[in-house]
Amino acid sequence: MTATVGQQAQAAARANDVWKVYGSGEAQVIALRGVSAEFERGRFTAIMGPSGSGKSTLMHCLAGLDSVTRGTVSIGATTVTGLGDSGLTKLRRDKVGFIFQQFNLLPTLTAKENILLPLSIAGRKPDPAWYDTVIKTVGLQDRLDHRPAQLSGGQQQRVACARALVSRPEVIFADEPTGNLDSRSGAEVLGFLRNSVREHNQTIVMVTHDPTAAAYADRVVFLADGQIVSELIEPTAETVLDTMKKLDAPAEVGN
Amino acid sequence: MFRATLKSLLARKVRLILSGLAVVLGVMFVSGAFVLTDTLGRSFDSVFADGFSEIDVNVAAKPKVEVNEMEGEQTAAPLPAAVVDRVKQVPGVASATGIVNADGARVIGSNGKVVTSFGPPQLGENWIGESDLMQLREGRAPQAENEIVLNKALATTAKVQVGQKVGVLTAFESKKRDFTLVGIMGYSGDRDSIGGVNEVFFTTPVAQRLMLGEPDTFSSITLRAADGVSDETLRDDVARNLGADFDVKTGEQVAADASASLKEGLSFFNKILLGFAAVALLVGTFLILNTFSIIVAQRTRELALMRAIGASGRQIIGSVVLEAIAVGLIASVLGLAAGIGVGALLAFLFGKLAGGLTLAGIGVPAAAVIGSFGVGLVITVVAALLPALRASRIPPIAAMQDVATPDRPLTKVTVAGAVVTGIGAVLLFLGLSGNAGGQTLSTILGGVLFAFIGVALLTPLISRPVVSLLGAIFSWSVPGKLGRLNSGRNPRRTAITAAALMVGIALVTGVTVILDSAKGSISALAQDTIKAELVISGQQGGPRPPSFDPGVLDKAKALPGVRMVDGEYGDMGRIDGESTWVAASSDIASLRQIFGAKATAGDIDRLGPTQMLASSDTATSRGWSVGSTVNVQLTRGEARTYTISGIYESSQLTNPVTLPATAAKDFAIPQPIQGFIQLAPGTQVADVQPQVETLLADSPEVSVADRDAFIKQQTSSLDGLLTMIQILLALAIVIAVLGIINTLALSVLERTRELGLLRAIGLRRGQTMGMITVEAVVISVFGALLGVAVGSGLGAAVVEALKDEGITDLILPWGQMGVFLGLAAIIGVVAAVLPAVRAARINVLGAIAHD
Repeated sequence: MTATVGQQAQAAARANDVWKVYGSGEAQVIALRGVSAEFERGRFTAIMGPSGSGKSTLMHCLAGLDSVTRGTVSIGATTVTGLGDSGLTKLRRDKVGFIFQQFNLLPTLTAKENILLPLSIAGRKPDPAWYDTVIKTVGLQDRLDHRPAQLSGGQQQRVACARALVSRPEVIFADEPTGNLDSRSGAEVLGFLRNSVREHNQTIVMVTHDPTAAAYADRVVFLADGQIVSELIEPTAETVLDTMKKLDAPAEVGN
Repeated sequence: MFRATLKSLLARKVRLILSGLAVVLGVMFVSGAFVLTDTLGRSFDSVFADGFSEIDVNVAAKPKVEVNEMEGEQTAAPLPAAVVDRVKQVPGVASATGIVNADGARVIGSNGKVVTSFGPPQLGENWIGESDLMQLREGRAPQAENEIVLNKALATTAKVQVGQKVGVLTAFESKKRDFTLVGIMGYSGDRDSIGGVNEVFFTTPVAQRLMLGEPDTFSSITLRAADGVSDETLRDDVARNLGADFDVKTGEQVAADASASLKEGLSFFNKILLGFAAVALLVGTFLILNTFSIIVAQRTRELALMRAIGASGRQIIGSVVLEAIAVGLIASVLGLAAGIGVGALLAFLFGKLAGGLTLAGIGVPAAAVIGSFGVGLVITVVAALLPALRASRIPPIAAMQDVATPDRPLTKVTVAGAVVTGIGAVLLFLGLSGNAGGQTLSTILGGVLFAFIGVALLTPLISRPVVSLLGAIFSWSVPGKLGRLNSGRNPRRTAITAAALMVGIALVTGVTVILDSAKGSISALAQDTIKAELVISGQQGGPRPPSFDPGVLDKAKALPGVRMVDGEYGDMGRIDGESTWVAASSDIASLRQIFGAKATAGDIDRLGPTQMLASSDTATSRGWSVGSTVNVQLTRGEARTYTISGIYESSQLTNPVTLPATAAKDFAIPQPIQGFIQLAPGTQVADVQPQVETLLADSPEVSVADRDAFIKQQTSSLDGLLTMIQILLALAIVIAVLGIINTLALSVLERTRELGLLRAIGLRRGQTMGMITVEAVVISVFGALLGVAVGSGLGAAVVEALKDEGITDLILPWGQMGVFLGLAAIIGVVAAVLPAVRAARINVLGAIAHD
């Protein structure tokens, strides 16, 4: 089944009949079975699904971290599929930002240095006004000279968010950004992600399995068995939970 | 990016210190060698400049045989006294003084032993009066035939005082002669000697007779220029007047020449030290390679993150290489500094050993600085290149997943190892079989290097079965089993760590095999061929071999129970223009019988005054046969023509040529240096030996020993050489130990969580330490095993190649090899101490929560 979701022509990221197959023969695993999806500019989209549904794989493929077996992926005007290493490097440097479940900050660098790392890798100077805005939004003004080890989990994730935002990427991919946080810190981070979409027109694609987190998004795409099976616009935690239950049900029957 | 690299470097300083230490040690060796030779070189310069400062122009006869610094002291041909008068007539000469100055004046100290020298000559000279440079400190000048003056340094060493009787052996008399010490002299600036030279001053006629062997001759003539005549003008005038048979030089030239010949020896020494530095650095390369590989593996997530946020592969390589450059730079600076210290210390020790050489200030030559930084940087960067490449291949997705590093197949590395080992084997074969076309040494060295790298590449494959076999010894306990499994866990890492140890052990084993085989072959040959129950010889300390009074030979022959006696003389001579070792025998018939020599042509039982014997090898290579005439120039006298009257087999008697005893008077040392005594059947060695000892009372440089003791004495120099090489190679082994510590420390760090888990489920501290120790011991014993195997192979190959040179027995030092394996086990235990303590101290809770 191929579900096409999203109607806006101005897509920040697009998947077109994407298949992803790992291994071969008996060990063959089909992670994605012809997924087509568009992620609109200036929107906060969540990808949900049970474990093994292919949600992380979809994100990895969209971000150009993993190759697709069939189909095409594009980010903005760039077709990701078929890019070489240097093309992918340039794409990651200029068009994509990442937020990870494990924060992935460099322990040796201060918060400020971590935030500016993508720009320094690209050899660019930060736009001071935007930098100040980002710092203010994440609320890290007085923590900039601290090392990650001196920051709480929530603060570390906010540093990671600032790092993703500071280079104004076309799209930010967030992989379970609240998975390692307590609910209060998680709420802070999610609220701040939503604000960056509303106030600064940022595009965010977030993978999560937490209905509360998904409720912060403008739109939720549901995956099961490598296919898009459902979608919610303006979700709440309850509607997300209901949809998830429905998704789980046929699987249980199938067993 | 740059900043991130530096910060990550700082955060990892402890880890990098260990690998940096390897570079520091290697670089230290390099810069130390340069500083040492530079300092000594400049010290020699100043010594000679001083020693010849009283000379404007020096006249000497051309030496008959050129001898380089490695072969002994140059002996100038004597100069007739008439030349002094002739030179005095040359306009511009203010004064001309005939000088007697020859090596071989050996003083017998108050303890009855001969004062020896480790390098500087022991000069016998004529006293020519005091000058600005030379002053009498005590007593007066020698006036009578039996009076001498010593320099203060020699008088101090010999513990003799003015007024005492002092025994002296001279160049032409190896029988003790007593003199009265009438004075002690020293040099300006309160120096007791210049450059540690021992000097005995006689009256001129005595010096001429005893040191030059002929009355009315001199070694050289010292000229002072008249006012207004430059040294160079005087030199040219005198040279023109005397003709081509004389060397006429200014004092400065003589000083420079004398210094240059010593420096040649120094540069040889320098090359040897640099060779050992190269070994240390090769081992260091393995260590750095391993450290960077592990660091890259540990930083996988971090590097993947860099890639995910836009760093290119080239930037990752750049960051790792930058880290290497920083480590290399710091290590080079430290190594250079340490090397300057070591060089200065060695120069100081050398100065002391050489009898108080006044050292010039410690200098740091440009070569030391360039060498240090070049070697330190290049080695570090080259070693880091492979890990850097691997780092650049980390996929960005690794930032999001716990990517288990897949166990990469060993096929590629094994094939590469086989190819490299093959190249090494081919190079070794070419070099050892003498088919390398003039590049023998570099081909062999290249072969050894390739063989080492090749075996290192093959090691991961070998490590699996061998390590599990070795580990099986420890498998009776749980920690032992875990340790064994851990050491087999990462075959590449285990392999490189073990390979570093292999290099050092292989070289030591190889050298031991070669020297032991040489020793065994020489001993066996000597046992077979020397049919003399007693041998007269001495222990050589300096450049001059000990010698004894030839009168002893006849007296020994007259002793009851002595059947025959042969005295051996030796010197470097020129035969048909080619430098050759020349021997002479006091009794050619005895020589033949004592050595069981067989004639391949002609008659070797007698030798007329113009006849000469040659060995079969020499005869073949020079194209001689019985009846050939050859031109022989010895150290003294005119060149003579000899006819070959017989040829003996080289296997029994190794002297290239043997001259009649009468020729020995023209040798640099005209006394016998060895004597062989064969007893009549039924005579007890113990009966004759004391009598010969009595005969040798006045020749204290030598003693009489039975055959076994003599053979042992002859091969003892090889033992000294072996010890020296082992000490120098110990550095490579020390670096390898650093490598084991490093690998273990990093493994412990890597497995923090796992160790915490093991502790949480009840592994005791002691057991944890035991586990780490087993891992270390398995790695180090594996390395030693490889080293012993590779070293035996290399040694055996060299011995095989030297078969024609007389090394016929291959002797594998099993005892030594056992010692190495035992040593390796101890090394493993020692190397494990710090990592094991660290592992045992791991906080259980913290480790499990460890990210």
